[in-house]
Amino acid sequence: MPKGAGWRIALIIAFIALSCIYLVPTLAPKLPEWWKGMLPKDKIHLGLDLQGGTHLVLEVETQKAVEGTLDLVATDLEDSLSAKNLRYKRISRTGSDKVSIVLYEKDTADAVQKLVKDKYRDYEIVPEVEEGGMVGIALRMKEQDIQDRKDKAVAQALETIRNRIDQFGVSEPVIARQGISQIVVQLPGIKDPQRAIDLIGRTARLEFKMVKEGVSPTGGAVPDDAEVLYEKHTDPTTGATTEQPLVVQKKALITGDLLTDAQVRIDSQFNQPYVAIEFNSLGARLFDQITAANVNKRFAIVLDNNVYSAPVIRERISGGSAQISGNFTEKTASDLAIVLRAGALPAPVKIIQNVTVGASLGKDSIDKGLMAGAIGVALVIGFMALYYKLSGMVANLGMVLNILYLMGAMSALGATLTLPGIAAIVLLVGMSVDSNVIIFERIREELRLGKSPKSALEAGYDKAFLTIMDSHVTALITAAVLFQFGTGPVKGFAVSLSLGIIINLFTALLGTKVIFDLFLHKGNVKKMSI
Amino acid sequence: MMELLGKTTIDFIGKRNISFVISIIISLIGITAIVQMARGVANMGIDFTGGTSIQLKFDKPVALVDARKALHGGGVTEFELQEVKEGNKLLVKLPRKSALAVGKAAEIVPAAFTKSLPGLHVSVESTTEIGPSIGDKLRKDTIIAVAISMLGIICYIAWRFDFKFGVGAVVATLHDVLAMFAAYYLTGREFNLLFITAVLTIAGYSLTDTVVVFDRIRENLHKDLKGSLHKIFNNSINEVLSRSIITSLTTFLAAISLFVWGGEVIHDFSFALLVGIAVGTYSSVFVASPVVLLLEQRALNKGEGSHAQPAKA
Repeated sequence: MPKGAGWRIALIIAFIALSCIYLVPTLAPKLPEWWKGMLPKDKIHLGLDLQGGTHLVLEVETQKAVEGTLDLVATDLEDSLSAKNLRYKRISRTGSDKVSIVLYEKDTADAVQKLVKDKYRDYEIVPEVEEGGMVGIALRMKEQDIQDRKDKAVAQALETIRNRIDQFGVSEPVIARQGISQIVVQLPGIKDPQRAIDLIGRTARLEFKMVKEGVSPTGGAVPDDAEVLYEKHTDPTTGATTEQPLVVQKKALITGDLLTDAQVRIDSQFNQPYVAIEFNSLGARLFDQITAANVNKRFAIVLDNNVYSAPVIRERISGGSAQISGNFTEKTASDLAIVLRAGALPAPVKIIQNVTVGASLGKDSIDKGLMAGAIGVALVIGFMALYYKLSGMVANLGMVLNILYLMGAMSALGATLTLPGIAAIVLLVGMSVDSNVIIFERIREELRLGKSPKSALEAGYDKAFLTIMDSHVTALITAAVLFQFGTGPVKGFAVSLSLGIIINLFTALLGTKVIFDLFLHKGNVKKMSI
Repeated sequence: MMELLGKTTIDFIGKRNISFVISIIISLIGITAIVQMARGVANMGIDFTGGTSIQLKFDKPVALVDARKALHGGGVTEFELQEVKEGNKLLVKLPRKSALAVGKAAEIVPAAFTKSLPGLHVSVESTTEIGPSIGDKLRKDTIIAVAISMLGIICYIAWRFDFKFGVGAVVATLHDVLAMFAAYYLTGREFNLLFITAVLTIAGYSLTDTVVVFDRIRENLHKDLKGSLHKIFNNSINEVLSRSIITSLTTFLAAISLFVWGGEVIHDFSFALLVGIAVGTYSSVFVASPVVLLLEQRALNKGEGSHAQPAKA
């Protein structure tokens, strides 16, 4: 055995063993129990482009969350001023960060200012201005609080979306925050992407509002405290939709955050699905009071500013349960139940990127990618064996080791294999023998100079070393940049490529060399098959 | 031993005038392609422009005329249709200005087909919807990525060799990149994220060849201090010619199998790789080395002016 070959062989074999161990979770359909304790569980994940699925990027409209908070403050102020008999003309949100109060008299202004100072310590109070006999006071939200609110809105949205997806039932979803206000959602292997997108993108703000009777929604002015919303009807046979306008009070009496549960039930009379909801104790009390006070009036069940139904209150409803009916199919009812259970988003989200790959295209891609890879490997192996004879076979062995190590490393890191990632591996097959080609050509040169196979080998590896280093480092620079800037499939490409380049350095400079050393170490080999 | 090429004595450097003309033409086409992209008239993928693309699969062939009619009937007015080579597939691209909201196109488009062509089975193979903000960010990121990798390469080569070699390597790399743009532009292929990936990969890969040639030039420059530069460069290229060709060939073999058998998704991507590998080999011989030679000669001539040393070139 040549000097120093022992530890190199040991290293190569150790890496082979490690790769095999790490590859077991990827290749085995089901791991035995005893494996799970100590041995690796990470495996190579298939990218969405290979297994099919949906990749979404959502932008949370965080400004809307800030406005929502300000609206709440405005409503709350209305209540506290009324309770204290302080007369006001108008309280409303103005601009993006203020609530302004318009009062009739200077005296009330002082009282209001005192109240506001006590109650809303976190707000800046903009000095009062007098205009046209009225006094105006404004509360401004501090910049820091606005940022906090926005930040929290994204965190809440992420949690809510996670809840919804968990309840929808997707295996191994990825839900992560990206940048300041974006959320990335990956749903591998999803069958009905459109339904999932609708489910995730829905704000799901549930409100109960009283219908304002006696005001025509179509003609004329709608009072300040009311608004026109629409109730949609879909004809089950023709599929045509009609919209019916309805005037409702702006102020919501009960909102969705007072719910504890929502379930799909089937109406036994019409065989129609509906959603049964349960209120918490506060909600139940409110619902009880409201229904008692408004018997024979209509109230509207509004979800995201669409009226689902507007039934007449026949009698006081206590006990805290109600139902939402509408033109539901089984699916739409169950989706509504999911979003109600998971809660509303703190602010609307906008889908800014949606990449969906069907399972069949993914299957097609992986089949063809593997096929192309196999053919590529065969071509390269054939060429090397033909051109460099036995030495070519050594290079081929190095290449196979290269692929094995790469797969093992990817598995150990739990990396994601994408179609461009497969392309990177195929490319690496070509590149991994390149290093050997450079070495072999150098050896041939040395042989031509009349050196013995052993010294030609040494010289070949020595002189090619720096060239190989240089070429690998330059390739690694671009691979690293791709990794930094790429997303999805491109990132997968960069991962395969960078790992491959590093591993290739090892197999080319150490792996193949040791095999030659074993053959040539005695120094009495006269001829080299190269 | 089997040899593709025996010992060659081709005067590569002497042919530099011809090769420069060819390279300049290729680069100009590449620059045109980039200008056209900036003007928004090249075939840009929706990754960069924003918009929607939907790949549909039918159970029987659908003529483009019928497809147009169906989409118009479904209320989709602005779109581009592209036939996919295999199977009964069609790619529908909607510009970002189109009225369809993100998340809705995958419903509306297939519905338009089933409505207009009853009995047709339509399935959505893939949907990509990119909001305008993403497209803008991606464009910015891409420019930064290309710039950083180029800078990294110059620095590395300049450090390992010297500044003249660094310039030669970057000129050659830029040339390869432009050639890929040119090839894509001339064949009307879509510039998308995968193309940029291929470009950056080749930017790294084509340097391998260049480094092999440079290494030999440097080695021979150290060995032979008196010979003419012209001859040293030529000899160096001839000495490493067969390995340049063989290393490219092995990678080319792998890439060609992707091109032929890899399926539609990476078809164009592997085309870009093939072009890049071929051009990368050409450029290390015909662009990188002559550029370094020119710079060396200029440096020598300057030195001659001030120190009155005998000219070597």
